[in-house]
Amino acid sequence: MCAMPERKEAVLPLTGYDREALKFFYETMVKIRNFELTVEKYFFEGEIPGFVHLYIGEEAIATGVMANLRKSDYIQSTHRGHGHTIAKGADLKHMMAELFGKSTGCCKGKGGSMHIADFSVGMLGANGIVGGGFTMATGAALAQKMQKTDGVSVAFFGDGASNRGTFHEAANMAAVWKLPVIFLCENNQWASTTPYLTTTSVADIADRAQGYGMPGVIVDGNDVFAVYEAAKDLIDRARRGEGPCILECKTYRIKGHFVGDPEMYRTKKEVQQVLEETDPIPRFEKKVLDAGVMTREELDSIAARVNKELNEALEYARTSPEPEVSALFEGLYV
Amino acid sequence: MKTITFSQATLEAMQEEMRRDERVFVLGEDIVRQGGIFGQFKGLPDEFGSRIIDTPISETAIVGASVGAALAGMRPVADMHFADFVGVCFDEIYNQMAKIYYMFGGQKPVSMVLRAPDGLVNQAAAQHSQSVEAFFLHIPGLKVVIPSNPADAKGLLKSAIRDDNPVLYFEHKQLFPVKGEVPEGEHLVPIGKAKVVKEGKDVTLVSWSMTMNLAIKAAQTLEKEGISVELIDLRTVSPLDKETILSSVEKTSRLAIAHEAVKQGGVGAEISAIVAEEALDCLDAPIVRVGAPFTPVPFARSLEQAYRITPEKIAAGIRGMM
Repeated sequence: MCAMPERKEAVLPLTGYDREALKFFYETMVKIRNFELTVEKYFFEGEIPGFVHLYIGEEAIATGVMANLRKSDYIQSTHRGHGHTIAKGADLKHMMAELFGKSTGCCKGKGGSMHIADFSVGMLGANGIVGGGFTMATGAALAQKMQKTDGVSVAFFGDGASNRGTFHEAANMAAVWKLPVIFLCENNQWASTTPYLTTTSVADIADRAQGYGMPGVIVDGNDVFAVYEAAKDLIDRARRGEGPCILECKTYRIKGHFVGDPEMYRTKKEVQQVLEETDPIPRFEKKVLDAGVMTREELDSIAARVNKELNEALEYARTSPEPEVSALFEGLYV
Repeated sequence: MKTITFSQATLEAMQEEMRRDERVFVLGEDIVRQGGIFGQFKGLPDEFGSRIIDTPISETAIVGASVGAALAGMRPVADMHFADFVGVCFDEIYNQMAKIYYMFGGQKPVSMVLRAPDGLVNQAAAQHSQSVEAFFLHIPGLKVVIPSNPADAKGLLKSAIRDDNPVLYFEHKQLFPVKGEVPEGEHLVPIGKAKVVKEGKDVTLVSWSMTMNLAIKAAQTLEKEGISVELIDLRTVSPLDKETILSSVEKTSRLAIAHEAVKQGGVGAEISAIVAEEALDCLDAPIVRVGAPFTPVPFARSLEQAYRITPEKIAAGIRGMM
């Protein structure tokens, strides 16, 4: 029998982190934030088509989790998948080109934002179907177990997706077969335009772990250190063959459900207040500067490098050609 | 040649392919102890151990996990228990399994087989008797095969397992105990190729699965009446072998299609449309489709008998064309 979900905080002293980890945290969070701001801008300018869902405010989760993963580990992402894809190590040029619908995109312009994937880094796909990834991550973990690797699969999902039947079927299957799956809940409080509490039977999604005989852990999803440390424990546990878990990261969706969402369901003031109080990037900066483990100059130089990479990606995407019409019929069957 | 049942033919296909490729594994409900609901997996656990997996009653997770395992380098063969249950996991089939290869720009195919026992048996009624192959004709990215006899059952299953694309394999429940000749040794049947079972000159009759066997009987009756029937076993629903059908219709100038599924929106409708679009000038008579009425499969013997396609109904349909 599993106990009630544990609420965990970061406990390691910052001086205990190696510098590469700290740099990865900052670089990845800034990369995601600025990538998303760029995407938002070019969506409104009409250059990025389709439906786009931004990860702004949730960067600490993908970053803290992915810092524990190997390239060979798998993730299943969501419709809000740019952050996961970046943190797993995908190339920004091919990502941006995909969002612009160009032939040089990582999916050759066939997928777009909601269907972005980069198998070369173990990113098995965003999903336009909310809750579509649970069972596939479970199957990838089944393969990892059958292949006798110590790899893990992470299924990212939101509070809204936890009400899909797929969640419950996958959780039971993963638990009964003791598969190395991390069910990674990004509880951003909003199921599209609906406050999740009005449609969800529990306040903490991690409570549902009990029903499947697996551990549930809750962390502050806007504290990259807390996410990293909790994810490390659970991922190591899964690598040891001790089975799946739910890690619930409490966060908040700063932007609308999709780019262009008029957000009639909440006030700007509410959003602004949450951002000021919990934005993971300033929180990280304050922590590392206060602890004296990084300097302002180091942070600025990382941000400058990220922006350079991002500008190159943008240029690459904007100047790449759209797919030839002949590509319509390519790649339907092997 | 040897004479074995349809069920044994599928079992041989599984054994041969699992010996050949250790990435192939089986998952589904009631497989390990029962050998599958129709015994079609009997004995596999003895030889292949942990590669034969009993699942929870979770069709969504069975198909979704198969897709995930395929993406991670395995080649799953998932069993759907009854084809009717595809409704439970339709999203995993048509939004995930069918689309992943295309929408992710060809990064990785979903190499898996979904086996689905379909069709009328034992008055199983509305939710355990359906033939649903037409649903999947409408979905780009899937291959759909549907054998009518033991030899094709074996050859198509082996080809399906070796195919890098996702394949739906419909196996009619009434066919499992049916015996037939199967070639000795390696036997593969190509996916996407219909078979001219018998040549004829007056009318082309296209059928598949269990109904193919009824079509053969109907043709024998019609031959005695002087109507020469060219019989085509479709074998693969998607991709559809237009060429074999069109070249036959060009020869016979008449087309009839018989299938167990509901006539409205059935595979016969697509075949009819193809022939109307591409070979209307060849036709000497309107196309005839023989399919089930537009109702759920009823339970009572009298109603099921009225519902089901018979050799007599097929023969009557064709007589009306002459």
